[in-house]
Amino acid sequence: MAYFYQNPALRWLMRNPIWGFVLIVFIFFSLASDHFFDARNFQNILVQTSTIGLIALGMTLVMINGNIDLSVGATLALAAAFAVDVQSWAMFTTWGNWQILPAVCLALLVGIAMGAINGFIVWKTGVDAFIVTLGAMLGIRGLVFVYTGEQSFYAMNFAYSDFSALSVGPLPVLAVIFLLCVLAVHWLLSRTVHGRNTYAVGGNREAAVNAGIRVGPHMMINFMIIGFLAALSGVLLSTQMGAATPNLGRDYELWVITAVVLGGTKLTGGKGDIIGTLGGVLAIGILRNGMNLMQVPAFYVYVILGSILIAVLFLDKRFNASTDGGLRL
Amino acid sequence: MLMTRLKAGGPAIAKQGILVAFIVFMIAFSLMSDRFLSADNIMSVFRQSAIIGVMAIGATIVVIGGNLDLSVGSMLSFATVLVVDLHDKIGPELAIPVMVLATLCLGAINGFLIGILRLNSLIVTLGMLSAIQGLVLIYSGGQNVDIVDQRGTWFAIFGRGAVFGIATPIIIFGTLALIFHIIMTTMPFGRRVHAVGGNPTASVFSGIPRSRVVFMTYLISALCVAIAAIILGSRVMGSQNNVGQGYELQVLAAVILGGTSLLGGSGSILRTVLGVLMLAFIQNGLILMGQPYYTQWLVTWVVIIVAVWLDVAAKRGRLFSPIA
Amino acid sequence: MNDPREPALRLQGIVKTFPGVRALDGVDFEVMPGEVHALLGENGAGKSTLMKVLAGMYQPDEGQIIIAGQPVRMTTPIEAKAQGVVLIHQELSLVPEMSAAENIYLGELPRRSLGRVDWKTLEERSNAILTRLKCKFRAEVTVAHLSIANQQMVEIARALTVDARVVVFDEPTASLTDAEKVVLFDIINDLKAQGVGIVYISHRMDEIFTLSDRITVLRDGAYRGTLTTAETNEDEVTRLMIGRSLDLSRNEAPRDFGKTMLEVQKLTCPGLFEDVSFSVRAGEVVGFYGLVGAGRTEIAETLFGLRVPDSGEIRIDGEPVAISSPRDAIAHGISLVPENRKEQGLVLQMTCRDNMTLPQVQNLTTGPFVSQSAELAIFDQYRDKLAIKTPSWRQSAGVLSGGNQQKIVIGKWLSMQPRVLIVDEPTRGIDVGSKSEIHQLLRDLAAQGYAVIVISSEMPEVLRVSDRIVAMYHGRIMREFTIDEVTEDSLVQAISGIKTTEAA
Repeated sequence: MAYFYQNPALRWLMRNPIWGFVLIVFIFFSLASDHFFDARNFQNILVQTSTIGLIALGMTLVMINGNIDLSVGATLALAAAFAVDVQSWAMFTTWGNWQILPAVCLALLVGIAMGAINGFIVWKTGVDAFIVTLGAMLGIRGLVFVYTGEQSFYAMNFAYSDFSALSVGPLPVLAVIFLLCVLAVHWLLSRTVHGRNTYAVGGNREAAVNAGIRVGPHMMINFMIIGFLAALSGVLLSTQMGAATPNLGRDYELWVITAVVLGGTKLTGGKGDIIGTLGGVLAIGILRNGMNLMQVPAFYVYVILGSILIAVLFLDKRFNASTDGGLRL
Repeated sequence: MLMTRLKAGGPAIAKQGILVAFIVFMIAFSLMSDRFLSADNIMSVFRQSAIIGVMAIGATIVVIGGNLDLSVGSMLSFATVLVVDLHDKIGPELAIPVMVLATLCLGAINGFLIGILRLNSLIVTLGMLSAIQGLVLIYSGGQNVDIVDQRGTWFAIFGRGAVFGIATPIIIFGTLALIFHIIMTTMPFGRRVHAVGGNPTASVFSGIPRSRVVFMTYLISALCVAIAAIILGSRVMGSQNNVGQGYELQVLAAVILGGTSLLGGSGSILRTVLGVLMLAFIQNGLILMGQPYYTQWLVTWVVIIVAVWLDVAAKRGRLFSPIA
Repeated sequence: MNDPREPALRLQGIVKTFPGVRALDGVDFEVMPGEVHALLGENGAGKSTLMKVLAGMYQPDEGQIIIAGQPVRMTTPIEAKAQGVVLIHQELSLVPEMSAAENIYLGELPRRSLGRVDWKTLEERSNAILTRLKCKFRAEVTVAHLSIANQQMVEIARALTVDARVVVFDEPTASLTDAEKVVLFDIINDLKAQGVGIVYISHRMDEIFTLSDRITVLRDGAYRGTLTTAETNEDEVTRLMIGRSLDLSRNEAPRDFGKTMLEVQKLTCPGLFEDVSFSVRAGEVVGFYGLVGAGRTEIAETLFGLRVPDSGEIRIDGEPVAISSPRDAIAHGISLVPENRKEQGLVLQMTCRDNMTLPQVQNLTTGPFVSQSAELAIFDQYRDKLAIKTPSWRQSAGVLSGGNQQKIVIGKWLSMQPRVLIVDEPTRGIDVGSKSEIHQLLRDLAAQGYAVIVISSEMPEVLRVSDRIVAMYHGRIMREFTIDEVTEDSLVQAISGIKTTEAA
């Protein structure tokens, strides 16, 4: 037992149980499937994970703040629609491949703007982020449908859809972008003043206010970051598909929240980190990929994921039993 | 100035905010479209709002009890697929009770996890949303289901029939709303739900079986979903396997619009009905005005935030949040 | 740096009104450099409002704040801190998941380029402050892992990040052990020696007389005078504070008890209380006196079915009973008026009437419906009996005054016709007038034949209402006194864990 508590690797696992789970499913699928333990498949997993994963990074910030953002799926679709549509605008026809640049920039700006709107409303009205972003989820999705006329857009420039096939050394470019974002957000959260304030605002809001942290703008910045990441995710997804459909990203908010909660971030705020979130998205990614390889119908993944989410919650409650000393309420 | 008056006139205005907004919208739409206030149109809006409405009744009770139910959309898919699929296999008279029982079981699982084990309702029902969607897909093998003999079955009465010229969905919706309004306002159970949602600790200190009350709210929510599924299955005579996707949020939107606080302890079924009707009339009015279908969601966005904002502002006595 | 003849801080004629209340009515207050100035007053006397004015959380409507001879305006805690006025909160305002160092420099973390935190500087500075406070933990440790006392040290360390002129301590010893108090007092004396002005808010007389140089008393939001500690005594201070002498009068009601209603034998809940035996007779008030954390509330919660005892027996009316839920307790005629009105006693947004009938609403029915008339009959009866002041039964309980809220909770449980009524801290946070009303009420209930248990941390209260007093210390009953034999000294000794011979 003493060894158990002294071994740094095991202690690390105790603090990040999701990585234990990642390890288990990883070993399980390596043994159970012939195709799982394969460099090419690992690349696949990273690429598949990147879509949810990018948004989950932002959701970690927002949830540590004690907020939530339900509108990310819609923001993703809106950004994807802009990215694909703008490159075919008449004014850019002579730009060649450069026409992609303004399209992507505009798409990312749209994402940041959506985040800014959410954050500004939360800041100024004091309405709970759950309600604000629930409204935005419907509203932004409505915007997508109105903007696209309920049609899918297809990328005419093949450079755009070829982008996702590029590699940097052994890694697909999408995976590289995702991993860079992981590092950046991890750095932001653990090393910068803004990141540390994120914990302060979620952990004890009144203390943060009294300490002079400008809570409103602070939260707005985090909403803008998640807006940016959702838009980036949307752009990358549309390069993979070579298209943007108005229903893109539906239910993604649920997957993202699942991943973040699996990673140990608390809905009540003040607690969580990017290492956990990375574990959460990888757990989901490996599970989906492995079951796919074993030809388990995709349906079962939903059931298993839902069950795992509830199980994690249950175990968390058991192990972190509250300190009321047995008062039965 | 506005806010001081809002505060002085206080709760009265704040409580009627939804009614005022409702009337404003009705007047605006009726000025812009002469078909809007026709009996036919109003009836058809009522009929279309019945499914969301029935589900919103259950959701309101869950929210008054201090919790959330995000699994109602998946549960609607589950129940509809089940009742439609069983219809041709064992006949409607058996299909309906089997489906209702199965749906109640799902509600009981929610109730057990949230009421008895005291797990966070947002995450539990999020997990259930995913799990139930999976169940539906497994059950249906990813196929859509439908009823072959759509004309010869009495099952059609729930979605397509009418009594005394009033469409059955409206009658079901209205009756349920009335019954549960009476339960929530005049019966001991309603009082207990309000108490548990308002202050769970004080409720236990008053001898109220908190776990059982919360459990019951989820059973009621599941029952409402089952009834909504009967209407939906009967109207469509078939079902896609993800038919309820996204309903949970529209239902919640209606509940919030009706002024029920997500913190629990306060809310009203009748005002939820207003919220449901308001969303339905916005949708209908915009379409009559020739706007694209999804414009309604944009308007809903604004309406929800303004409604809740005014509510919050009236409570704190100033329009803008004091945080820097 | 500080001129010793010039007050470090002076408040002149401070007035602060809230809708309907004049919370501060022309208060004068000053603290000299190197002085400990105690601020004293009952709950609701305006101490915390004054403190918030000092800390920049409230703006005064009238009056001046003068720091080092200059009138200043402080609109946020940050501005107050910049002026050298720092507040040590009663409720800890720390972020549990962050390190002590990050908490100490919350809101002003030292920066490097790119918005990075300068960890080296942060930890060096924080550890220097913690060393100065003689703390035995490092600044890198996560606050959630620290004891309450050490968390308070972090809070104090935060005050020392600036060149504080004035440090305000708000009830700092509320959750400290005796040993931890000694450390705190050392720190306060250190600060004092460094020329810092200390404002010390507390209602513990002994502390105030040990620590302070001067005492200012507030009552009902108004300034009642400033005394030099060395030239005054507890009596004089108390008189200023409550407007008359402290009432240490005893309960002298004729004693005429019925049969034993509640008997507890060797009840044990490990870590909370052990081997607890006592009994209560009809018509008797038994006072449970002890310090916070002595296990009194936990015994009440066990009797009410909210905790499971490890061993022991509970007898009601001579019959052994098993109580595993509040419903069981209610069925056996036990009622509990809990310690915390707002969290445990009331559903604040519910109407007064609905709160009062909550435990029995399922029995007040005609057919399936709640009978409005039965409910109103109960409400009217206890509103009159307890003299509850509310414009209407429709009023939500949250807007009533503390005293009236407490009466609603008492009415709620009286209406259940209990055999044993347990009342936990019945007058906490209630104004003086309502206090004596509630004391009288408890006596009246005993006279009507109820068996009453009163848990209280206030000696005057137990002396006024009890027929018998049970003194508890660290989860054990130290002694039982009848009201005739008890002396204040023996009571104080018993709850401090000092064993005395029965002969004393």
